Amino acid sequence: MKSNQDTPLLLRKHRTEEWIGRGYTTICVLFLIVIIISIVYFVATKGISTFAIDHVSLSEFLFGSTWSPDDNKFGALPFIYGSFLTSLLAALIASPLSVCAALFMTEIVPNWGKKVLQPVVELLAGIPSVVYGFIGLSILVPFLRSTFPGQGIGVAAGAIVLSIMILPTITSIATDALSALPRNLKEASYGLGATRWQTIYGVILPTVLPSVLTGVVLGMARAFGEALAVQMVIGNAPHIPTSLFESASTLTSVITLNMSNTVMGSVQNNALWSMAMILMLMTFVFVFVVRLLERRHKL
Amino acid sequence: MKLKKSFLLTLTLAFAVSLAACGNKDNSSGSTTTDTTNKPTSETTALSGSILASGSTALQPLVEQVGKKFMDKNTGVSIQVQGGGSGTGLTQVSGGQVQIGNSDVFASEKMKDEAAAKELVDHQVAVVAIAAVTNPEVGVTNLTKQQLVDIFTGKITNWKDVGGKDQAIVIVNRPSSSGTRATFEKFALGTKTEDLKGSIQEDSSGTVKKLVTETPGAIGYLALSYLDDKVKAVQYEGVDATVDNVVSGKYPVWAYEHMYTKGEPDATTKAFLDYFMTDEVQNGDVVELGYIPASKMQVKRDEAGNVTK
Amino acid sequence: MKPKAADKLATGIIVFFALLIVAVLLGMLGFILFRGLSHIDWHFLTSEPQTIREGGGIGPQLFNSLYLLILTMIITIPLGLGAGIYMAEYAKPNRLTDAIRLIVEVLSSFPSIVVGLFGLLVVVQQFDFGFSLFSGAIVLTIFNMPLMVRVTEQAFRSVPKEQKEAGLAMGLSKWKIITSILFPVALPIIVTGTILAAGRVFGEAAALLFTAGMTTPHINFSDWNPLHAASPLNPFRPAETLAVHIWKVNSEGLAPDAIQIAAGASAVLVIMVLVFNLLARWLGRALYRKFTSIK
Repeated sequence: MKSNQDTPLLLRKHRTEEWIGRGYTTICVLFLIVIIISIVYFVATKGISTFAIDHVSLSEFLFGSTWSPDDNKFGALPFIYGSFLTSLLAALIASPLSVCAALFMTEIVPNWGKKVLQPVVELLAGIPSVVYGFIGLSILVPFLRSTFPGQGIGVAAGAIVLSIMILPTITSIATDALSALPRNLKEASYGLGATRWQTIYGVILPTVLPSVLTGVVLGMARAFGEALAVQMVIGNAPHIPTSLFESASTLTSVITLNMSNTVMGSVQNNALWSMAMILMLMTFVFVFVVRLLERRHKL
Repeated sequence: MKLKKSFLLTLTLAFAVSLAACGNKDNSSGSTTTDTTNKPTSETTALSGSILASGSTALQPLVEQVGKKFMDKNTGVSIQVQGGGSGTGLTQVSGGQVQIGNSDVFASEKMKDEAAAKELVDHQVAVVAIAAVTNPEVGVTNLTKQQLVDIFTGKITNWKDVGGKDQAIVIVNRPSSSGTRATFEKFALGTKTEDLKGSIQEDSSGTVKKLVTETPGAIGYLALSYLDDKVKAVQYEGVDATVDNVVSGKYPVWAYEHMYTKGEPDATTKAFLDYFMTDEVQNGDVVELGYIPASKMQVKRDEAGNVTK
Repeated sequence: MKPKAADKLATGIIVFFALLIVAVLLGMLGFILFRGLSHIDWHFLTSEPQTIREGGGIGPQLFNSLYLLILTMIITIPLGLGAGIYMAEYAKPNRLTDAIRLIVEVLSSFPSIVVGLFGLLVVVQQFDFGFSLFSGAIVLTIFNMPLMVRVTEQAFRSVPKEQKEAGLAMGLSKWKIITSILFPVALPIIVTGTILAAGRVFGEAAALLFTAGMTTPHINFSDWNPLHAASPLNPFRPAETLAVHIWKVNSEGLAPDAIQIAAGASAVLVIMVLVFNLLARWLGRALYRKFTSIK
């Protein structure tokens, strides 16, 4: 349709447009890469300086259970332990609840269940973490204090608050997996005379298990990194707790408590950065596990 | 292909340069532009420039309020107050990012680098006193130093051992980096304490107060400005934690609030700090916000903790 | 009979837990709104907070939250769109693309506190932006960009192939096809995703403690010159957002009505998140209708 004379011009115009488009989008991607490299670089250099410059031994940091910066004791085990304990407990509480919610929406009352629960779950995801902390401190802690031994504040309070926070993550992934199931799978089971529970237990759950696990790991990752809500209800004693109703600390809670009180470059401040580095490394681990699960899921 | 690569490279460079430029631009606008020709002889002399202060959240409301007044008087001056904690304030004033670093403790106690700490000039603008507080139900009105030490080191675990009800003691402490804790340990306990297992640690006074109010058998410590009838402030060695007792030197658990400058302050900053020490501020805003005026103190204390009349 | 009984029991348990979740949410919402709504009035929403007196409001914090949101989106949207378009249209299926995808995934799962500390170290101190709205916006961009990238990529991939081929047949350049054919079709999904991502800005506190600061200096709401220190629009002033304010009031509040303020501010925050959710759905649907029906 275009005459031959126009072609070079059109081509040139094309080429400029292409350049602009390609250049612009490439810069955006470069920005992403620059960001991640600088985060890793800065957090790692700060985190490593505890060991390289201040000569705190790595094994003491990872396995020492005494955190007493005044006496130059930087054992971070209580915090690492606290982080793992609370996020594991939160996942333990939230997973069955989430799976139930997902089943409710897809298997039991698919027509109106989704209409009621879906917005509820999305809202739960949208409530800011400070509000969770506020509610935890105002309702949950007094309740635990009057019902169980201890002061209400402690590991249990932290785990419960976290479990509500990660519930939406697990639920939405489980729901997606359940709705993606081929229909004939279920119909075959029902056709064989199986009850709904037998179908769920024998056919549906084993099929969606890898996806549900992905959700659980993502939920744990979120719980592991959550800071303010946990810090408000966990009590923050730098010790390994012996009871669920005892005050304990997580990596995030000790960072939020002490970061602004310490001077940059001091050993204690560097030790906090080392904990931030552990949080960062754990993120890599969580992402890696999720990828592994997804790969198995695809096979 | 070659063209494309060089194009990309240029773009990346431009990106990097613009980033750096952003950093520089703010650098220059952030630093003080003081008009040195105007000497702050009186408050009516036109001062200009901007002051950036950061640090202690305990001191922040006071500096904000006084800053606002100072700006009303000197329209050419702009004062910004940021929080961030004592550690941040000292880091930033030492690094030259702010003109004033607010701190709850002496710089030498926090900073590892002694040379850097020496460069900072101390301006003590107010005093904060700290009282041991308990849940109102425990039935104790006075604690001796030794009793407090025993409680905070875990030797005494029940209130009946210090004359109260039969009720287990719950300690609501502060994190080891806290300035309030440092003051309390230094002047009330006279010794550093370990963190006890099962004790609660909160950095913020509001949370400490809430927990002491609600938890049966709880003990903690708060600045005087946070005290009311929800918590019971106990006497220390028979002395009430009141402003008068602090001023006269009878009640020992107090510390200065510091505003540090790096070297001697420039004219505008100096005028602001001088304004802080006027009677108008010391008897007005300082008292209003629950601090004790530094100018009224009948005793003085140096970095090592030695008290002189 | 036994399998039937088990079936009934299991169904009962599932229904019970599902209803429990609904009950927990309703309970929490009820608690926040019940405690908070009574405290919300025009004065509360517009006046300045008080340090020790009663009757402080959340005016500056509310403004800061909204302004920070706008600043963040100004940075995030162009960058996120660009990177998303690259992933959808330009990236070849090779190792580099896989690596970028991994980066997006890692970036989106970084704990907010780690990103906040990075912001403190690099943006606040190294680049010397101080505790400021700008520092906060940069950090929030780091959070929101992975989301934007993912949403954009998905939106572009969901455009039917035929539309792209039609563009190619018309002799248009790839960039022209992207901007004038694919983008309008992908827009509804992008808008919905963007608004949902923006909602996160409201709730974020941990990262902002270290970057945007916990103070609201005196703001002069009659001075709209962004270069003035007291102007609300100045991006280089410290700014406490609503979520940070809740945290601060909860922990340091000296005012006698601190608890009511925290409850009121929480209620405002939750209502805003609700509004954002509804807005995202409504706008997404409206745009979808507009672009799929006759123009």
